[in-house]
Formats: sequence, structure tokens, C-alpha cells
Amino acid sequence: MTAKTTILNLTDEEFVHPGNRACSGCGLSIIYRTALKALGRDTILVVPPSCLTVLQGLYPVAATQLPSLNVTFASTAAAATGVLGALRAQGREKTTVAAWAGDGGTADIGLQALSGACERGENFIFFCYDNEAYMNTGVQRSGTTPQHVLTTTTPISGKPQKKKDVPAIMAAHGLDYIATASAAYPIDLYDKTIKAKTFTGPRYLHIHTPCPAGWGFLPQMTVKIGRLAVETGLFDLYEIENGRFRLTGQSAKMLGKKRLPVGDYFKTQSRFKALTDAHIEEIQQDVDRKWNAYENNDSPR
Amino acid sequence: MEKKTPFAERKSHSEPGPGDGGRTGSWRVLRPIIDPEKCIPAKTNKKACFACWLYCPDGVITKTLLPAIDYEYCKGCGICAEECPSGAITMVEETLLIMEEEK
Repeated sequence: MTAKTTILNLTDEEFVHPGNRACSGCGLSIIYRTALKALGRDTILVVPPSCLTVLQGLYPVAATQLPSLNVTFASTAAAATGVLGALRAQGREKTTVAAWAGDGGTADIGLQALSGACERGENFIFFCYDNEAYMNTGVQRSGTTPQHVLTTTTPISGKPQKKKDVPAIMAAHGLDYIATASAAYPIDLYDKTIKAKTFTGPRYLHIHTPCPAGWGFLPQMTVKIGRLAVETGLFDLYEIENGRFRLTGQSAKMLGKKRLPVGDYFKTQSRFKALTDAHIEEIQQDVDRKWNAYENNDSPR
Repeated sequence: MEKKTPFAERKSHSEPGPGDGGRTGSWRVLRPIIDPEKCIPAKTNKKACFACWLYCPDGVITKTLLPAIDYEYCKGCGICAEECPSGAITMVEETLLIMEEEK
């Protein structure tokens, strides 16, 4: 391994132009900027309709400096397979193909294509930035929206169902590298992207991405809220490397220590207004159970 | 007769460039201002910290000893002020600054 990545040795070469259409305080902008630094110039992006399409820019100006193919919602991983086929025909097998989809494009609409491509063992990196709803169309519930969260399609008592655990679904495909990351820890994301590049075959990264407009918090709090989700134990940073599960970064540091109560996280956002004390107690017990399993080295996956 | 472009070449293709959303600096309500007395790399004259550069969603802050902000495109989210460990960045009401500049 090379030297540890820090803010100081992280490249200041930018791959995303400023003045794009992303909202003020967008969590996606932070992770996109950072992960592209890790992916490098020799990369082709495949992007379905999502907030990222908005960020990437409308015709004729693009905010991204890398070649990027905009495809239909359900076909991200299938289109990435096609790009890989074209590169193979041209003998350009060193070029990285990275698919970037939102949680809707991954967990709901794009799941079938993704599952198929992973089963075939296509050589791409799939990034899912999870902002926990369909943000770009106006905050509709998605498969990864947490339970009891208010969205425009669950406006009164919140979403009744629980959040879909997509990294676990991907782990069940037996991928060589799966990792979770957060917009609040860009260096961790950078390292995981660099690591993902060293593997071949399908690789999956799931990134927790706070959204000021959709979650109901002030734009300056994006990073603080992302950090709070990790520090309360609600979202865990981990990687599954050749089937071996390992907590990383801040989550690894929290093993055996007292976590912040989950209520601290829920207080910060207006989308959790429908939560009752009983709900919070129930979620706290779920989180405690999950972390007990981590601490007893008994992976919940 | 006009020559027809082959179907494969008929595609919408964007060229990279800044400002596809216009001058996003005009979205700003609060303007971040860096105090060189408090900013760690400016104060110590050493490459250090740069938390504002790392967390800026739009990449409009430079990684220089006194970080510079591109106000043309800074959307004024305030993440830099929130994340600055030494409290060197203050968010100032944009309208007051504009009124002062126009004087």
C-alpha cells in the first residue's frame, strides 16, 4: 500500500466544473468530486436519470470532465455492460467503467439489470449514492427510504416499510468488493474507490448522501448530519473484501464505545417529524442489536 | 441535396465547461469570508487543514496557503464555515455586502 491518504496529499485536480445545477450544500457534489479524483481520467461513466444527471449539466454544457453516457433508468448496469463490450472490441480494457446511480436507480428501478450484470461478472464499479428518496423528481419514497420518514408520497405518517439493505443484496451475489461510505468522510470514500479499482469483476459502493432539500435541514449541515448518521450507528462504514466483512473508519473506532442516541439524528431533520418516542425506542433497540452483533464478531450478514 | 448524417453520429453531445447552471454565485444569500488571522494554513504559513477545500461541494475553494473562494460560482451553502476547525470563515449577509460595494 502507498502512503495514507490525507487532505494534504489528495490531488487538487478537479474533474467537476463549478457552476453546475446541484443544490446549495449538495452531499452528492462532495462525493462525486472526491470519487472522480480516485477514478482518474481514464474512466467512462454511465448515469441513469437521477440528481447526478442534473449535476452533470444540461445540453450543451457538461459539468463533468469525463466521458459520460446518459442511459434510461432501468438499464444502468446493462448499458455499462455494453460500454465494456465496446471497449473490449477496441482493445481498451484498462479503461475503468463506473456506473453512478441514485438509490432509486439502484434499489428499485435498476436492480434487475444490476443483479444480472453482477451475476454475469461484468468488470465495472457500481456507485449507489443513497439520498434515501427520489430527490430529483421531488422527494418521493424509494426502497431505501428509512421507516417512518415523511416524503411527498408518504406525507402524513411516513413510510410504513423498513429500509431495503442493498449492500446485503449485493453481498449475496458474492462480489469480491463491496463497501459503504458517507459524504461526511470523503477521504474514506477516496480510499475505498482506489481499493475497488484494484479488483476485477463487479464491485459495489453504497454511499450515504445527505440531501438538504429532501431531508429538511439547512445546507450548511450536510457534513454534520452525515457524520451524525455514522456516530449514532444508524449507517455503518464497512467493506466486504472477498467475503470478509470488516468495519472501517469511524465505525471501526466506535466498536466497544458508547454511541450517540439515535434520537439526536432524528431531531436534526424535518423528514423525521412523524416519529413517536415509541418508534425511536424501537429503532434504538434495532441499532443496539446490530452493534451487539458487530461487537461479538458475529457479522449480521 | 443535403448530405444526411449517419444515424450513429446523430447524438446530443455536451462539451465540458463551467457554469452550465449559469453564474451560481447569484444563488448565494450568505457570503463566506475567510479571516487570514484565524485560518490555520494562512496563520502558520504551512500546508495544513484545508477542510474547507475538502468539503466544498462545488470545488470553488483553492488549496492555497490562504484559501481563495470563487464568488462567481460559490452557492453560499456554508459547509466551509461549519467545518472550519478554527472558526475562520464567517457567513455575511450578501445584501449588506452588495449595498456596501455599491456605495
